[in-house]
Amino acid sequence: MSLINSAPEMAITTRVDDLLNWTRKSSIWYMMFGLACCAIEMMQTGGPRADLERFGMAPRATPRVSDVIIVSGTLTLKMALRTKILYDQMPEPRYAISMGSCANCGGLFQLAYSVCDGVDKVIPVDVYVPGCPPRPEALTEGLVKLQEKIQKERWLVRKAEPVGVRA
Amino acid sequence: MGLAGFEVEVQRETESGLVTEDMTLSMGPQHPSTHGVLRFIVRADGEVMKEAIPDIGYLHRSIEKIAEKVGWHGFLPYTDRVDYVAAMFCNHGWTMAAERLAGIEVPRRGEYCRVIADELCRIHSHLLAAGSMAMDIGAFTPFTHAIREREYLNDLFEELCGSRLTFHYMRIGGVGWDLPPGWAEKVLTFLARFETVVDEYNRLISYNKIFTERLADVAVVSAEQAIGYNLVGPNLRGSGVAYDVRRDDPYSVYPELDFDVPVGRGEMGTVGDCFDRYIVRIEELKQSCRIIRQCLRQMPDGPVIAKVPRNFKPPAGDCYVRLESARGDMGWYVVSDGTAFPYRCKIRTGSFAAISIVQAVSRDIMIADLIAVIASLDLVAPEIDR
Amino acid sequence: MPLDTAAIHARLRERFGETIGDLNGVGRDAWALVPPGDIAEVARFAHDDGELGFDCLSNLSGVDYPKDEAIQVVYHLFSYRDRHWFVLKVNAKRDDPVVATVSGVWPHADWQEREVFDLLGVRFDGHPDLRRILMPEDWPGHPLRKDFVEPEEFHGISTSRESLLRT
Repeated sequence: MSLINSAPEMAITTRVDDLLNWTRKSSIWYMMFGLACCAIEMMQTGGPRADLERFGMAPRATPRVSDVIIVSGTLTLKMALRTKILYDQMPEPRYAISMGSCANCGGLFQLAYSVCDGVDKVIPVDVYVPGCPPRPEALTEGLVKLQEKIQKERWLVRKAEPVGVRA
Repeated sequence: MGLAGFEVEVQRETESGLVTEDMTLSMGPQHPSTHGVLRFIVRADGEVMKEAIPDIGYLHRSIEKIAEKVGWHGFLPYTDRVDYVAAMFCNHGWTMAAERLAGIEVPRRGEYCRVIADELCRIHSHLLAAGSMAMDIGAFTPFTHAIREREYLNDLFEELCGSRLTFHYMRIGGVGWDLPPGWAEKVLTFLARFETVVDEYNRLISYNKIFTERLADVAVVSAEQAIGYNLVGPNLRGSGVAYDVRRDDPYSVYPELDFDVPVGRGEMGTVGDCFDRYIVRIEELKQSCRIIRQCLRQMPDGPVIAKVPRNFKPPAGDCYVRLESARGDMGWYVVSDGTAFPYRCKIRTGSFAAISIVQAVSRDIMIADLIAVIASLDLVAPEIDR
Repeated sequence: MPLDTAAIHARLRERFGETIGDLNGVGRDAWALVPPGDIAEVARFAHDDGELGFDCLSNLSGVDYPKDEAIQVVYHLFSYRDRHWFVLKVNAKRDDPVVATVSGVWPHADWQEREVFDLLGVRFDGHPDLRRILMPEDWPGHPLRKDFVEPEEFHGISTSRESLLRT
């Protein structure tokens, strides 16, 4: 019998979830998946002025130890096949941030024959950060949104029933 | 995803009776040390490589075909993305080609604005090159120094043209905007501080014993080999060939400016090794500061852009222009058929030639030296793949 | 000694006679037409000759001219020793373009010819390793041709993206 999503929603069980999520969101390790121009802005965001380390984020080279993949830059069709392989190698729970117009929807390269219009054609994306390239402040806002998303997850407490019209 | 015609060496026996086999490793396309999405297929006997075959095309965004679809003015934002680390030069190349075809003359103040933007961009690019080279060798701190200096430059660029990375500052016929009021003083303050930072950088890393031992005598490229493979820019000057497009085939207002062209001297090892290519870039930083100071002193007043029709239709013909980008001589071959859309645009970049020499120089060096070679040649993936 | 384009053209004509076409254009962009089978010998002579000394192939590009039923390969030659320029052009038949390779003369031509093969479909006779360089190995067609049609999908990824604007 597993403990995951098993407990009713009480004060003490939600506290456990909050504690788990707080530790997880304060130490998100991102995989350096810098493809194009947005990679330079990602490096600048990791630099001294708009520091990513203060969020607990550290760049990792391999997908096996990273929590989030920041897809920064244009995804070509040749690269899209490899992106799927890399995302599959990340252990769960895993997230994906699509940084920049090219990763969101193809950007100004939608006219190109060799560009995959958006990384969400190959991997599921959690946060989209617009910009060409996004400023460091925009990327940090995207990370804060991801942190809010992580904070709302449920591990011990039973997940809420989805609200809406059933088909 | 394998390569056709690529053979792995069969097993062989060493003197002690041990049977060994070559390893085939795939380095990339996602790798922290390849500058962008590049892939190398490395055949290695333990740590020593037999060869490293580059596999490119992971960032091929068909920029040349897009030129035929968006028109002369509309192509300028795409030129920023051809080499995003040194975007001003690409803008400059495209506008030079269009102006040559149509016979437009840029006003003098516009030319000076272009040169100032170009040289600041050269500093921008060389800082990233030197910083990431140090990071790849193993020293993390110089990279943060370089990123810190680039932030000051980003502020200057943002005030000039609104963008930190992909500038779109130049237009066909001149530049987009004149220098903002007070900007020249900010640039001079930055340069005064920056030259002391370059000295600090040299004390920190350039002549550090570990750094020089990693780079000296590694992957020596002779002058004939460099010319045969069409290496350009700091790669060519590192091999001892004293050629710089700004001095030997000048364009814009470079004939009126006074600067030196550093050439590799074999200071720490042989002429043409990785250290020479690196130190040429560091010395070029100081020369760029010199050029910017002269430009700010000598700039005349006047308009910054010539009158160019919005519906720009240069006469039919072709031309080939070159300029000295941060990565060397960048050639733009542009064909026009008299309509508002270019017929063909071919961009010949320095990194495309530089990566083709990696296979030739990567025999009998270690895998760690391959990283030093890639970093010293200053490859960027968008220039290679376009 | 830097020679001007008329003198270079005269020297080529002296060696090869009428196989070298007339000199067209002015100044640095002056060019001469060479038949596709003879370009290798002309290149070897341009490289080895004492007066010409073209030790560098500055650029090799391909241009598609469907109206003239030809694919044109343009060679920009430069001499570091003597600091002079010349341009050679080769017209290959559009339905079966074959041009002799110059990769034996200048090593730079190796990869440039692979790119022209990949994007325009020109086969270079005698090239040591002619295969695709920028596009994936199994890509259909040659993209830079004027009549290229983008494929609908590639390995399961569709190449178009519907517009997000609600019109």
